[in-house]
Amino acid sequence: MAAEREPPPLGEARQPELEELEDGEDLFTSTVSTLESSPSSPEPASLPTEDISTNSNGPKPAEIILDDDREDLFAATEEVSLDSPEREPILSPDPTPAITPVTPTTLVTPRMESKSITAPVIFDRSREEIEEEANGDVFDIEINVSDPEKVGDGMNAYMAYRVTTKTSLSMFHKNEFSVKRRFSDFLGLHSKLATKYLHIGYIVPPAPEKSIVGMTKVKVGKEDSSSTEFVEKRRAALERYLQRTVKHPTLLQDPDLRQFLESSELPRAVNTQALSGAGILRMVNKAADAVNKMTIKMNESDAWFEEKQQQFENLDQQLRKLHASVEALVCHRKELSANTAAFAKSAAMLGNSEDHTALSRALSQLAEVEEKIDQLHQEQAFADFYVFSELLGDYIRLIAAVKGVLDHRMKCWQKWQDAQVTLQKKREAEAKLQLANKPDKLQQAKDEIKEWETKVQQGERDFEQISKTIRKEVGRFEKERVKDFKTVIIKYLESLVQTQQQLIKYWEAFLPEAKAIA
Amino acid sequence: MEEPLEMPPGEESKPCSLSEELVTDPSLQVEISDAVSERDKVKFTVQTKSSLPHFTRPALSVVRQHEDFVWLHDTFSENDEYAGIIIPSAPPRPDFEASREKLQRLGEGNSTLTREEFAKMKQELEGEYLAIFKKTVAMHEVFLQRLAAHPVLRRDHNFYVFLEYDQDLSVRGKNRKELLGGFFRNIVKSADEALITGVSGLKEVDEFFEHERTFLLEYHTRMRDTCLKADRVMRSHKSLAEDYIPISVALGSLGTQEVRQLQTSFLKLAELFERLRKLEGRVASDEDLKLSDLLKYYMRDSQAAKDLLYRRLRALADYENANKALDRARMRNKEVKPAETHQQLCCQRFEQLSASAKQELTDFKSRRISAFRKNLIELAELELKHAKASSLLLRNTLIVLKGDA
Repeated sequence: MAAEREPPPLGEARQPELEELEDGEDLFTSTVSTLESSPSSPEPASLPTEDISTNSNGPKPAEIILDDDREDLFAATEEVSLDSPEREPILSPDPTPAITPVTPTTLVTPRMESKSITAPVIFDRSREEIEEEANGDVFDIEINVSDPEKVGDGMNAYMAYRVTTKTSLSMFHKNEFSVKRRFSDFLGLHSKLATKYLHIGYIVPPAPEKSIVGMTKVKVGKEDSSSTEFVEKRRAALERYLQRTVKHPTLLQDPDLRQFLESSELPRAVNTQALSGAGILRMVNKAADAVNKMTIKMNESDAWFEEKQQQFENLDQQLRKLHASVEALVCHRKELSANTAAFAKSAAMLGNSEDHTALSRALSQLAEVEEKIDQLHQEQAFADFYVFSELLGDYIRLIAAVKGVLDHRMKCWQKWQDAQVTLQKKREAEAKLQLANKPDKLQQAKDEIKEWETKVQQGERDFEQISKTIRKEVGRFEKERVKDFKTVIIKYLESLVQTQQQLIKYWEAFLPEAKAIA
Repeated sequence: MEEPLEMPPGEESKPCSLSEELVTDPSLQVEISDAVSERDKVKFTVQTKSSLPHFTRPALSVVRQHEDFVWLHDTFSENDEYAGIIIPSAPPRPDFEASREKLQRLGEGNSTLTREEFAKMKQELEGEYLAIFKKTVAMHEVFLQRLAAHPVLRRDHNFYVFLEYDQDLSVRGKNRKELLGGFFRNIVKSADEALITGVSGLKEVDEFFEHERTFLLEYHTRMRDTCLKADRVMRSHKSLAEDYIPISVALGSLGTQEVRQLQTSFLKLAELFERLRKLEGRVASDEDLKLSDLLKYYMRDSQAAKDLLYRRLRALADYENANKALDRARMRNKEVKPAETHQQLCCQRFEQLSASAKQELTDFKSRRISAFRKNLIELAELELKHAKASSLLLRNTLIVLKGDA
């Protein structure tokens, strides 16, 4: 089922754009070459993360992410257009391999301290700019999740959602297509992407959460408003999940994602069930991870990471608080709506029993106004929730993914340190053997030293790689986040304005009725 | 806990919009100029300005408590002379319990609130307390003002005592026996009413009263229900306003900690929610005053009207019985004279009651109509005002945020 991997989009679609940005092209070509070294490299889009410069992970702290001085960056790229070996298309490997970290073969001395402008940063900027300028093609993909349909009966029933993709990207076979997917398919997709990309530093958007209670109600066939609400909530969440995933330039290239969007049949992802073997394994791993995190005491020599760690920690706390408050708001607005409806009915009855005609009519009008206002409150509660509250929930989960990625970096560091320790031990053992003069064992010891030297180097490179990737990812994430929040805030405020405008209309209509009471 | 809470100085008590006929009649003006809340008691300062001869001075000032008002009301309702009058219902007891409890719970140190949140909640609750206080003052005042405006009731001796006697009235609250007694009397009354109308087949001869009775019965029940529902709506608005507090605070702290690009957005939002909270609070309190209070007042007043109808019905029953007794006496030709006198008295009483009741009920209707008119107009105008203010606020914020993006 693996789609044949076409040559990287960079080669084709980006051709015209790349011509404008010569330096960018150089950068790309050079990174493409370094990828040949690892046959099982996942996807071409990881290219930008390649380290071709002299400096690895020491960009300017904090500000790089959102700074807008492109000019400087372009100037710098000229210096950085280093070795440009011939470009080669990346052939697709099997769809779900375990990913070996992509390592550059160029001999680069990694440095851990902060430096002024370095290549990775520039990379970020120029690639992003390329993306923005190549507006038409790069992120032209629109995903919709719709038409939830119940399939089957009883406890084996499930909801199937229609996933429609509209795109002009050439990597897809058609411009518009749709498939039917169930919730576990989404979870399966996320699981695959997470396995491939999380541990090398990519922020993979988390899938919506499972809900046993919610699904059971749907399965059992309760046709009430709470289960329709649940299904709608899930549908919207799945849509947002997919939209975020395709926005990620690296993930967009992934064959599994493409398969998910395109193929009419998808192998059932059984490993996503909570109580399956894989599920239990996941839980055990999570617990082990938690313990490990507590014991890893990393010497953070890079202030940037420390700052980010703190920043995301704070953000997480703040967002949780805000989220809880907004949830309370949604609840109370729903209550207000219900109470307004009850009042409207009661006022109507009162109007009916009033014997003075004009007052009776006015009371009935009041009842009508209140009924309309009840509708308004309901719609507003809907907006409160889907626009504001869900966004906050999504970002709380996204930040957990960011924290996860930072944790992976720590583990990577740990692995590197452990390798260094082992190497040291091997060297000591060799020294001892030298003195004891045991030639056969000596050779073995020397071999082991070589082996561990390589491992240490690998560990270091992995660590640098992941650090670089994370820097870029965080930059992209923050940019997205700012955009997201701003858009949502404006949308939410517009909904509030709408409500108030409607209120004005209703009361303006009522006022003459009240005045008409004689 | 001593909480002297006084009416804001210089606040004039406007004629309550609940009862339209309280035009300022210079011959007798009553107002509550001041009020102090001490522990569980509220002390009202009642000031009277009168040109009537019964008062020793043209200007009087006394301090009264809630129980005194209740006593005054009871003397009226138990007075047979006023049977044909709708007795203005006694003001409800000042009830700060709920509000006080909330303030106490807040003070008890709910550590999940930040200092900012705490200050705002406190402000909100104190405002609520003050609003309840002002309402209870208004209720007591309107009670007195209606008495003062009524041509018959204003001349009551107990009323003068109430207004003039500068010592403590020492009206003890009803003890349990009396309360129970009152409770039973109500049951007896409704049973009586059912008996009169149902079993004995008392025919209502007057269409006007027949209509009024059916109307009032249903109206009162419906009004009670609407009143309840209006209260709930008002309380929902209040919860909503209170919800804006933690949201505003959370947005504010996000704003100070966020990246540069989002700072303005969050800080502006925080400000917005703070102002929306105040607006929402005003919507709640206006709905309370213009709608809930209106409904509550007329629910009580319609009860008083129902009581009047009952009294008239009772008088009618007495009249019928007297007729029957007279017939019996004439048949037996024994004690005809006393029976005749009794019958005549009953007849007179009934006719007086009927005439008075008719007038009272007509007045009730016009009072009700104009009160509803005034309050509904004011309600609509206030809702419009707040919606326009909210809309403007939101649109201005949107302009700033869109410009920032």
